[in-house]
Amino acid sequence: MSRENVLVSAQWAEDNLDAPGVVFVEVDEDTSAYETGHIPGAVKIDWKNELQDPVRRDFVDRAGFEKLLSAKGVANDDLVILYGGNNNWFAAYAYWYFKLYGHDSVKLLDGGRKKWELDGRPLSQDVVKRDETNFSAQEQNLKLRAFRDEVVDAINTKNLVDVRSPDEFSGKLLAPAHLPQESAQRPGHVPSAINVPWAKAANEDGTFKSDDELREIYKEAGIDESKATIAYCRIGERSSHTWFALHELLGYEDVKNYDGSWTEYGSLVGVPVETGTGKE
Amino acid sequence: MSSSCGAPDQAAPITGAEGQTVLSGRVVSGEAPVGGAFVRLLDGNGDFTGEVVSSPNGEFRFYAAPGSWTVRALHRTGNGEASIQADGPGVHEVAVAVA
Repeated sequence: MSRENVLVSAQWAEDNLDAPGVVFVEVDEDTSAYETGHIPGAVKIDWKNELQDPVRRDFVDRAGFEKLLSAKGVANDDLVILYGGNNNWFAAYAYWYFKLYGHDSVKLLDGGRKKWELDGRPLSQDVVKRDETNFSAQEQNLKLRAFRDEVVDAINTKNLVDVRSPDEFSGKLLAPAHLPQESAQRPGHVPSAINVPWAKAANEDGTFKSDDELREIYKEAGIDESKATIAYCRIGERSSHTWFALHELLGYEDVKNYDGSWTEYGSLVGVPVETGTGKE
Repeated sequence: MSSSCGAPDQAAPITGAEGQTVLSGRVVSGEAPVGGAFVRLLDGNGDFTGEVVSSPNGEFRFYAAPGSWTVRALHRTGNGEASIQADGPGVHEVAVAVA
């Protein structure tokens, strides 16, 4: 997998703002940043209100995804460039949705909103309205998505990569440090998981580290490249970032994101849980 | 409270934090507050723990745990960092100057 196929630089993005067939989409959970200024021409997707099922604990189904992207003016032959705040967490999550629903022509803006802002590149408050399309999605590609029973079965057999911070992994914290501490019923991690915080894959400015650096980080952490891998975090967005690094950048073949993540696993009755650093 | 990962309003009063260790502060350039800075919390090993964007008045806060922390701010006008020792629960104040 070549990185040019899955990532674009901020400079490429600025040079292609008006390119035909290229649609910029800002994805965030809190879309207030978009309102104060977005990449010129970009439409927004609200992760919480538009990508989650309003009733069931799941994300939008195929028909819902088709309806959403049609309304946003994204066509099947468009190249979609995703970016967002929080070091592209929700943009990476959305990228995973696009792949899950079979839209392959999608790339991430390397560094997301952070890099764009730190570079002092232009932001616009103009209202963006694209003509409605008739977007069609495929059935979910479940080769990319792990469910809870599969995670339990993966203990001691597959690579389980917990991408939360060391304190969340050990059970000291239940949520990232910028949030009030609330989440799953029990702290800790899935037994046999290794802890490689998502941020290890990113530079300070939000861009991804080089392939060589990434390969070294995961190798050193103990990933067995001959085995299948499941990544998880708390709600599945940070692990989308790591899924992107492992599957899209490094080209590991069998990598799934467990979107239920610790919020689900840490509330299950009867499953094994480990606390501490996980190291002997 | 939500189960989401978006940071709450960084300028709102700190509530519901009883018994928690809160690191609260402001990003400044000279005397002037710096809003829109990317504020990163690094643990005692220098490993990344969390990141928020400072409010228009430069404010930020982290819900952490007792220990030694470094707060690092990135802004298009410059970067800076400050150390903070949180000995126990409560609100611990820290200022970060960027240049």
